[in-house]
Amino acid sequence: MPTHSEILNATPIAADAVVAQARSMFDQGYRLVTMSVVDLGDGNVDIFYHYDLNNEMTHFRLTHPKDKPVPSISPVYFAALLVENESRDHFNLQFDGLVLDFNRTLYLDEEITSTISAPFCKISTIQKKD
Amino acid sequence: MSRTIIPFGPQHPVLPEPLHLKLVVEDETIVEAIPALGYVHRGLETLASIRDYNQMVYIVERVCGICSCIHAMCYCQGLETMMNVEVPSRAKYLRVIWSELHRIHSHLLWLGLFADGFGFESLFMQFWKIRERVMDINEATAGNRVVISVNVVGGVRRDLDKTQQRWILDELDKLEKELRQLMKTMLDDYTVKKRTVGVGVLTAEQAIQLGAVGPTLRGSGVAQDARQLGYAAFDELDFEPVTSPEGDSWARSKVRFMETLQSMDIVRQAISRLPDTELAAKVPGKPTGEVVCRVEQPRGELLYYLKGNGSKNMERVRIRTPTFANIPPLLAMLPGAQLADVPIAALTIDPCISCTER
Amino acid sequence: MGLLENWINKGRLKSPWVVHFDCGSCNGCDIEVLACLTPVFDVERFGIINVGNPKHADVLLVTGTVNHRNKKVLKNIYDQMPDPKAVIAIGACGTSGGVFRECYNVVGGVDQVIPVDVYVPGCPAKPDAIIDGVVTALDVVKAKLGLGEMPKVTVID
Ligand code: SF4
Repeated sequence: MPTHSEILNATPIAADAVVAQARSMFDQGYRLVTMSVVDLGDGNVDIFYHYDLNNEMTHFRLTHPKDKPVPSISPVYFAALLVENESRDHFNLQFDGLVLDFNRTLYLDEEITSTISAPFCKISTIQKKD
Repeated sequence: MSRTIIPFGPQHPVLPEPLHLKLVVEDETIVEAIPALGYVHRGLETLASIRDYNQMVYIVERVCGICSCIHAMCYCQGLETMMNVEVPSRAKYLRVIWSELHRIHSHLLWLGLFADGFGFESLFMQFWKIRERVMDINEATAGNRVVISVNVVGGVRRDLDKTQQRWILDELDKLEKELRQLMKTMLDDYTVKKRTVGVGVLTAEQAIQLGAVGPTLRGSGVAQDARQLGYAAFDELDFEPVTSPEGDSWARSKVRFMETLQSMDIVRQAISRLPDTELAAKVPGKPTGEVVCRVEQPRGELLYYLKGNGSKNMERVRIRTPTFANIPPLLAMLPGAQLADVPIAALTIDPCISCTER
Repeated sequence: MGLLENWINKGRLKSPWVVHFDCGSCNGCDIEVLACLTPVFDVERFGIINVGNPKHADVLLVTGTVNHRNKKVLKNIYDQMPDPKAVIAIGACGTSGGVFRECYNVVGGVDQVIPVDVYVPGCPAKPDAIIDGVVTALDVVKAKLGLGEMPKVTVID
C-alpha cells in the first residue's frame, strides 16, 4: 500500500550507475518526481532521485563529492533539466551532459553568485542553546 | 526560413506572475521555447536553518498564497510521520475541509484567469464573483481570506462549530448552483471550444515521461492523484480522480471544472462525518531522520523532503512544487503551436511561479 | 493654471489608473489585488482602472519583496511612469520584506529601490485595505500637483 509520507528508504547508488538506472526506470514507465540535494557538510552532497510508478515511490541515494561533476540524467528525463539547473544554482554542483545549462543563472543573478558562495541552503547563525 | 525570438513575459497581460519564455518562432509557428525564471526567487528553503520547525509552518504557507493551507498540511504531515505523532481524527477531517476549500477557490481563480486568457472577460468576472463565497468561508472560519494558518504540527488550531458547518453547507449549495450555470459556457460554448480544443496536446505517454502532475496529467487520461494515497482523512472518503482522455487545453479545463464540483462533494462528506475528538496532539521531542511526503495541490502533486538533525531547526526542507514539474511538459507542448495559442497553452498548466521558484 | 491642465488634473484624481507589478510576492497579495477588480470589491466604480502599461499609469501597486533579479525591472517600470506618480507597497513583504527578509536573494522592501508613498500592511493585505491605500495615494498625487496637503501618516487596518 503506497503511503503519503514515509521515512526515507533510499537505495544507495554509484555515480557511474545513475544514468543507466535512469534509463531503465524510464523504460519501465516510471515518472521522475524530482531530485533533492542535501549538503552533508563534509564536502559531500547527498543527491536523491525520486521516481514514481502508479503512486508508489522508489528512491535512490547518491553520495557524491561536491566539486566533482555529477552525471546528468537530463538526456534521459528531460524533466531533470530544471532541477539540475536549480542544484547548480544552489550548491554550485557541476553536471555532465546537462541538455540546457543556464550556468547558475536559472534563479540567481551574477552579482549574487559572485558575492555569496554556495551552498545557499544554509544561513550560518549563532544559535542559542535551549 | 528565418527565425525570430519573441519574448513572452515577464510582464504579460494574461499572466498575473512573471513567467518568462523565450519563444523561437518561424513565421507564426513556435519552434522552441526556453524558460527564464528567477523573477520571484526568494530562497525560502534557507530559512529552515534559522527558524524552528514550528515557525517553518508559517514560512511554507507563504511559498504560495493560493494553496498555502495545503503546503502547511504537507509539511506538518511529514513532521508527524518523522516524530511519530498520531493526529486526532477531527483534525484530519478539518484539514480535508480547509484544503478542499482551497482547491475550490484555486480552481475558480484559474477558471477565471483562463477565461480572461482567451478574452472572455465577463466569464472571468463571474468566476471571481462566485469565488468570493469561498473567501468568505475562509475569513469566517479562520480569520483570514488567503493565508489561513490553520495547520500546526500535530493537528489544527481552529474548530468548526455546528452553525458554521451549516452555513458552509448553505454557501456551497449556492456556489454549486452558480457554478453549474457557468458550466455550459465554459465547456460547451462554440467560440470557447474554438480556442481550447486541440491546443497544447500532451499524450499520456509524454505526460508521464515529462513528469507532468495534477490536472495536466489527468487531462491526458492518467488517473493519478496524490489524494488516492489517503492522507488526512481521504482514505475514509469517497472519491475518484477526475480524468479526461483528450490531453488538450479543453480537457485540462474540464478536469479542473469537474474537480471543483468534486471538492464540494468531498467537503460535504467530510462535514457530515466530522468526528468528535480534540484538535491537536502533543508533539514530543525534536525531529530527527528523513521523510518524504506528498499531497495533492490544486495544481498537482507536491513533494516535501524533510531532514531533521535532532535540533529545533530542520537540516533541510526541500520543496518540489507542482508547477516546477509542469514546466517541462509546457516546453514540450509549445513547439508546433501558433504564437496566438501560447497564452492559452501556458495557462492550462496553471503556472504558479512563486511556487516554482520559492 | 490653464483650462486644459485643470481638466487633466481633474481626470487624474477622479479616475486614477493603476499598474500592478508582482515583485516576488507569494501570490497571496496578488490575488487580493486582482480580487479588488472583480465584482464584489469592484474598484472600477471609483474610476480606478488597472492597465498593463506603466506609461499610462498614475499609481504603481507593488506586491512582494524585491529580489536581485526583479529590482531592475521594478526601477524600470517606475522610471517609465509619468509624473506625478505614487507608489503603493502592498503586504508585509512590500513594506519590509516580511517573512522573507532574511533570505539570501531578497533585497528587502520596495522602498530599498524606489520611493514609496503609501504602505498597506497585512499578510496578505485585504482588498478593502488596498482600496483605501489607493485612495490615500490619490491625496499624495494631489499634493504633488500642488493642489492639496500631503496626507498625514495614517494607519490602514
Ligand atoms: S505579504 Fe504575505 S501574502 Fe503578501 S506576498 Fe508577502 S507573504 Fe505573501
